[in-house]
Amino acid sequence: MKILVAYKRVVDFNVRIQVKPDGSGVVTDGVKLSANPFDDIALEEALRLREKGVASEVVIATIGPADAQAHIRNGLAMGANRAIHVVAADAVQPLTAARVLRKLIDKEQPAIVLMGKQAIDDDCNQTGQMLAALWDRPQATFASKIEVNGNAARVTREVDAGLETIEVDLPAVITSDLRLNEPRFIKLPDIMKAKSKPIETLQLTELGVESGDHLKATRYAAPPKRSKGVMVKDVGELVAALKSKGLL
Amino acid sequence: MSKVLIIAEHLDGKLNASTARCVTCAKELKPESVDVLVLAADAAAVAEQASKIDGVTKVLTATRVDNAHALAAIYAPQIAAAAGNGYTHVLAPSTTFGKDVMPRVAALLGVAQVSDIMAVEGEHTFKRPIYAGNAIVTVEAPQDRILVATVRTASYAAAGNAASAAPVEALALDVALPTHTRFVELAQGKTDRPDLQSASRVVSGGRALGSAENFRIIYSLADKLGAAVGASRAAVDAGYVPSDLQVGQTGKIIAPELYIAVGISGAIQHLTGIKDAGTIVAINKDADAPIFEIADFGLVGDLFKLVPELEQAI
Repeated sequence: MKILVAYKRVVDFNVRIQVKPDGSGVVTDGVKLSANPFDDIALEEALRLREKGVASEVVIATIGPADAQAHIRNGLAMGANRAIHVVAADAVQPLTAARVLRKLIDKEQPAIVLMGKQAIDDDCNQTGQMLAALWDRPQATFASKIEVNGNAARVTREVDAGLETIEVDLPAVITSDLRLNEPRFIKLPDIMKAKSKPIETLQLTELGVESGDHLKATRYAAPPKRSKGVMVKDVGELVAALKSKGLL
Repeated sequence: MSKVLIIAEHLDGKLNASTARCVTCAKELKPESVDVLVLAADAAAVAEQASKIDGVTKVLTATRVDNAHALAAIYAPQIAAAAGNGYTHVLAPSTTFGKDVMPRVAALLGVAQVSDIMAVEGEHTFKRPIYAGNAIVTVEAPQDRILVATVRTASYAAAGNAASAAPVEALALDVALPTHTRFVELAQGKTDRPDLQSASRVVSGGRALGSAENFRIIYSLADKLGAAVGASRAAVDAGYVPSDLQVGQTGKIIAPELYIAVGISGAIQHLTGIKDAGTIVAINKDADAPIFEIADFGLVGDLFKLVPELEQAI
C-alpha cells in the first residue's frame, strides 16, 4: 500500500506576521519557513503506518517554488521514501492544489492520501475535502486516530460535539488534526540519507490543470487591535469592575 | 439580487445556533431570499426551529435515511444539487460541520470556497482572517459563479425570532449517494453546562492548572457563573480536558460577552479564538504573559488562591 502525503511549506508558526504598509500582502522576505505543522503530523502518521507494515511506501508531494527543495529534503529526512516537487512560482489556492494532487493520484495510485487539516498560512481548511470530491472518494477530516483494516480505515475525528468515528473504504483522503501524533525529530544521519533519496520535479504548467487565481486577494490589513486594559490589584477590585460593566 | 441557501447544522433534533448567525451574515448581502436547507433522516423538528429565525424566506427539507448523520460525502452531492436551483450563494457555519462539508460542495460545483467570512463588503467581496487572524485579507470571488463560503460565526450575532414562521417545503433531490463512508459513533462529552460556542460567559483554563484534577476549580467557577468551560491547546494536549473544549486557531473561535482566561499565557493561536469576546479577564502568575496585552482586566497572582476567591466573591 502506498501513502501520498501533501507536504506544504509555510511561514513558521512562531513568526508574528506583518502586513506590508501598502496592503499588498504580508511580509515573507527573510521570514523563517517550515513545514505546515499539520502536514508534519500527516507525514508522521504515514511513517508509522509504514513501520507497522500497513504501508509499503510513503511519497511526499510539495507544490511550491524552486527553492522549496530544502523543505522537501526535510520530509525525506523524516523518513519519506521519495518526493514529488510540483514547481509553482506563486502560491496556489486550495482548488488548484486539489486539482494538482488529483493528477498525482492518477500517476501514483495511493491507497491513502494524507495531509494536514489546514495550512497555517491561509487557514483555508479546504484542500483535502476538495481532493476527495474531485477523486469521488471518501474523506475523513480532522483525524485524531486512524486504524487501517484491510480495505477500510476507521478514523476518529475531532468535531465540535466531541469525537466522531467513521469508517471509510480505501482509497480515501484523511486530514490530520493536532492530536493524531507527535512528529519525530530528525536525526543527523537521516539528513545525510535524505540527500540520496529521489525527488521528481514537475512543472505546474505541464500538468494541465487550470491554475489561475480563483479568488482575487485585493487588500491585506492588520486586524483591529484590542486595546490593553487595566491591571486590578485583587479579586475585590476585579469583581467591582465587572459589576460596573454589568457583567456580574 | 442574491438568493442565498444556508445549510442548517443540527444534532439530535436541535438546530445549532450557528445557523442563525449565518442568517445574519446572509442579510448583509441584501438578498432577495434566504432559504435554509435541512438534511436529516427526520427533518421536522429542526425545520420548525429554522422557520422561526428572522430573515428566513423558506425552509427546505431533504429527508432520507442516509442523512441520519452529517457525513460530507453524503451531504455534499445533495447540497450541490440543491444549489443548482437558482442560488447565488451557499453558506454554512465555519464549525467542524461546515468546514468538513462545504469544500466538498465547492469542488463538486467547480468553484473556490471563501472560508471564514468575517465581513461582507459586496455580493462577491468578503473579508477573512489568515495567519491565525494576524492579517485580514479582502477577497473577490468571480461575479458569474455561485459563491460557496463558510461564515466565521464569532463575527455575527444570531438572528432573532421571526414574527411569523417561514414556510417549510420538502425538497426532492434525486441524487445517487455513495456507500463508501459510514458513521460508526459519536462520543459526546456529557455536560449540563452551556455550549462553548454560543455561551455568553466562558471560563478557560491553561497548562498552569497542572492536572485534570486541578481543572475542577475552573468547572466550579464556571458553574457559579453559569458559564461554559474552555481550554488552551496546551491544557488539551496535556490531557486535562477533552479536545472539544479547545479554543483558538484550530479549535473553536468564540465571542462570549465575558471570557475569563485562567493560567493561559496567550499564544497568538489562542488569542485568535477570543478576539471578539466582549470583555476579557486574565488571571496569571506571570505579569509579562501576552494574555495581559489584550485583557480588559488583568490580575497577577496564584490562580489556585484567586479562582476560589473569585468564586466566593460573586
